Amino acid sequence: MDLLIDGLKKAVEMIFTGNQEVFAITWLTLKVCLISILISTLLGLPLGIILGLTKFKGQKVLLMFANMGMGLPPVVAGLWITMLLWRSGPLGDLTLLYTPTAIIMAQVLVSLPIIVSLTCTSFQQINDKMLLQVKALGATKWQTLMILIKQSKMAIMAAIIAGFGRVIAEVGAAMMVGGNVQGDTRILTTTIVMEVSKGNFDIALALSFILLSAAFFITAALTFFQQRSRFS
Amino acid sequence: MKKNRLVIALVALMLFVLSACGNTAKNDAAAKDKKEKSKAAPTEMILATTTSTQDSGLLDVLIPMFEEENNVKVKTIAVGTGQALEMGTKGEADALLVHAPAAEKKVVDAGDAINYKRVMYNDFVLVGPTENPAGVSGDDIKGAMKKIADSKSVFVSRGDDSGTHKKELSIWDAAGVKPAGDWYVSTGQGMGQTLQVAAEKKGYCLTDRATWLSQSKNLDTLKILVEGADDLLNIYHVMQVNPKKHDKVNSKDAEKFVNFMVDKKTQKVIADFGKKEYGQALFFNYTD
Repeated sequence: MDLLIDGLKKAVEMIFTGNQEVFAITWLTLKVCLISILISTLLGLPLGIILGLTKFKGQKVLLMFANMGMGLPPVVAGLWITMLLWRSGPLGDLTLLYTPTAIIMAQVLVSLPIIVSLTCTSFQQINDKMLLQVKALGATKWQTLMILIKQSKMAIMAAIIAGFGRVIAEVGAAMMVGGNVQGDTRILTTTIVMEVSKGNFDIALALSFILLSAAFFITAALTFFQQRSRFS
Repeated sequence: MKKNRLVIALVALMLFVLSACGNTAKNDAAAKDKKEKSKAAPTEMILATTTSTQDSGLLDVLIPMFEEENNVKVKTIAVGTGQALEMGTKGEADALLVHAPAAEKKVVDAGDAINYKRVMYNDFVLVGPTENPAGVSGDDIKGAMKKIADSKSVFVSRGDDSGTHKKELSIWDAAGVKPAGDWYVSTGQGMGQTLQVAAEKKGYCLTDRATWLSQSKNLDTLKILVEGADDLLNIYHVMQVNPKKHDKVNSKDAEKFVNFMVDKKTQKVIADFGKKEYGQALFFNYTD
């Protein structure tokens, strides 16, 4: 119990004394997570819509892979990206290993399937009768798509929130491809792992409160947008 | 109106993220401008090292010194010695700072590492529960390990191919014991976490003194039981990865790093490290 209180005190202290390093780490964490989720959304939404609305050979197989990808362990994603980015690997000349870009790559890999799969499901749920009606009213293909997106926006936001939860919680891949390099690729989760292994439980606990608050504010903002659209 | 809400929400999110990127880019540029006035952009070097040098806090002191002096950005990857050496043989790191002489020799002999230099030493100690169920003490580490195995007292091993793990295996080997069974717990984790497991399970554990000293504040169920034997010496070497064998390594900065580690000034910092906080040095000078 004492430790918990110490941790809370330390977290408040870190935030209000403006601890430069903690601030930089938190900032990097947010930046990396938001960029990852943005890329995943931009790629995953169209993919999910196509997968949900059209029927083609191999569609089920693709969907199966997307569903399996939702459970892709981050360390596996991390291992693949590491081998890809090694100096001796296929992308070695880019020297991306142990950079924030490498973390973003791994996080896109683990969050993309979530967005694809959940978007796909929500579009598959659309009532056929409604589609017929929209067509009967003479909507163009583009107009139809817009109406369907509007219909599914709650589910789309849910997919983005789930994807964001995945990337902000992720540690295994970030440790592997980022290397937890001080001042460069140290994000909140990897710092917590390091502080625990150093035996600094109070600092680790303090960082965990900062991580939770960051996650809370962003998820709250996303939820706000999701729910606001419900009543409009 | 309705359909615009989601679009607005998404655009707002994107703008937030983009502005976030924009800001840092500007800050970076500003920071760079400042730096460039005095010197060029730093080069990057990857140092693969053991968890003990990071967890004890030694690198937090040494790396900034080296970076400042040579205008280099060091990317420190703290892993077990086994993995660090493997990174060296693959050419994935530029310099190595490790502590498993027998395994290091193979890497040097194979020509993957050059400029191999002794840097410092401390020692391994056997820690165990204050109750000491196996009744070990003194400086006879082989006898102590045999006693632990015979009494089947809990022993917590790193099990991660690190320098400490290699040392532990060599002692079991010398004692003629094959460690296996319920009493032998292998964590596969770093030294700090392994010590925490040992404290929880009230087990014996072989650890380097530096990590023990920096963590003993959390480990009040454990104490040092066996220390001081010659075969408990823990020697650290630094080396650079051979640029002739691996063409992508940054050999210029790696060479500077090797020289920096054996430099008199650095050696003094190493010898003084920890004296203030723990009342004794964590590492001792031991150059060639």
